[in-house]
Amino acid sequence: MQHVWIVLGVLFVLLNIAAGLIWVERRMLAMWQDRLGPNRAGPLGILIVLADTLKLFFKEDWIPPFADKWVFIVAPAVVVGSVLMSFVIIPFTPQIIVSDLNVGILFFLAMSSLGVYSIVLGGWASNNKYSLLGAMRGASQMIAYEVFMGLSLMGVVMLTGSFKLGDIVNAQKDMWFVVKQPLGLILFFIAGIAETHRLPFDIPEAESELVAGYHSEYSGMKFGMFFIGEYLGITLISAVTVAMFFGGWLGWSFLPPWAWFFLKTFVFILFFILLRASLPRPRYDQLMETGWKILLPLALANLMITGAVALLVRG
Amino acid sequence: MFSHIRTIWLTFLHLFKRHVTIQYPEEKIKLRPRWRGRIVLTKDPDGGERCVGCYLCAVACPVDCIALQATEDENGRRYPEFFRINFSRCIFCGYCEDACPTYAIQLIPDFEMAEYNRQNLVFEKEDLLINSQGKYPGYNFYKVAGMNAGVKEKGEGENEDAPVDIHSLMP
Repeated sequence: MQHVWIVLGVLFVLLNIAAGLIWVERRMLAMWQDRLGPNRAGPLGILIVLADTLKLFFKEDWIPPFADKWVFIVAPAVVVGSVLMSFVIIPFTPQIIVSDLNVGILFFLAMSSLGVYSIVLGGWASNNKYSLLGAMRGASQMIAYEVFMGLSLMGVVMLTGSFKLGDIVNAQKDMWFVVKQPLGLILFFIAGIAETHRLPFDIPEAESELVAGYHSEYSGMKFGMFFIGEYLGITLISAVTVAMFFGGWLGWSFLPPWAWFFLKTFVFILFFILLRASLPRPRYDQLMETGWKILLPLALANLMITGAVALLVRG
Repeated sequence: MFSHIRTIWLTFLHLFKRHVTIQYPEEKIKLRPRWRGRIVLTKDPDGGERCVGCYLCAVACPVDCIALQATEDENGRRYPEFFRINFSRCIFCGYCEDACPTYAIQLIPDFEMAEYNRQNLVFEKEDLLINSQGKYPGYNFYKVAGMNAGVKEKGEGENEDAPVDIHSLMP
């Protein structure tokens, strides 16, 4: 019975965070651009979330006649589903975790890779050249960045000796892994941005070149699902970063463990938004080149050095 | 790479800067006296219409939003029979004000003229006429014009000499 409550609780909190991020993102982006952002509806404009959601619900849910109907409908569900599945292994506190799988990290990597299906299927089913271009970019970007995303996390796994996120957090009691694996953190975070298609790596969407990329044809709540999926993706990458490199729920005792986790996660979510406010989008080929020619070798080097040092220390 | 980090940092610092947004209905910006907004027809100091119906504003108007019909009263004073400005077309360029020889048509600093019905944006003469001299107080065209239109006798205006008696040889 307790499991059901945890699942429902996590689902409830996550979906609310994803919706609340609409407001957080718009307000913070505005602050960083010397604007005010939405501040009319409700205190500090927080009811913009309600207004936006209602608007999405009441919009015409249009399926283009030239689209592949069933694939078109399924695609947005895939992204939300796969991201929500990844949250299964996130340890919010020692107790609040849906399932501390012993393949934790691998499960996360697998599920976040599945998210690319939604982009490819969505772009393909739309039967629109811009959507397809976006989907193609999305697929190749995901493949390029998935590879060293996994490799950048392996350093942490090596130091812990476990794929379980619970064990990894507990192994950071003395020192956060950000100290031992700074390169791993940077690589993982860059890969995470590419994985969630956030700016500056939102090349599959690239509204200045591709209309809206893979979700050009989507409207109403189907578009809303892509939207929610993106915000859930940000939350997921931030949560995994916190759990892997910043000691998860660990912190001084004046705050409960879950508060520490959420606080740290929130800082990273804000950093995601800050990146959107500050960095321009790279060209598509530049992105692929950096991925394969610079970041992947760096991840491999990080892995080798970590392995060598770990061997030396253990004797 | 360093420039990227610097960019991120500089953007972050903008959190502590003042916002440039003016929250319009509550806060209003100060409009300058020569700000080009709603068009009005002004009156001379005696309360008569300044407009003499010369059509120069209608000619100058690049979007043809001004329509009028000139007529004369019993004294020979010209005035518009109707004067109509379609503000849904007006681009507030101020050319009509430039063209007006009698300072009648003027643009004033008011832009809050939103309407639900497009037809309500067509202003007739009674909507345009204001009980003010606008930017040129004291100016009365018929006081400086050479003709008699019931305002003054011929030759009695400001900066005007009495008419020459063409039958007299005396200087």
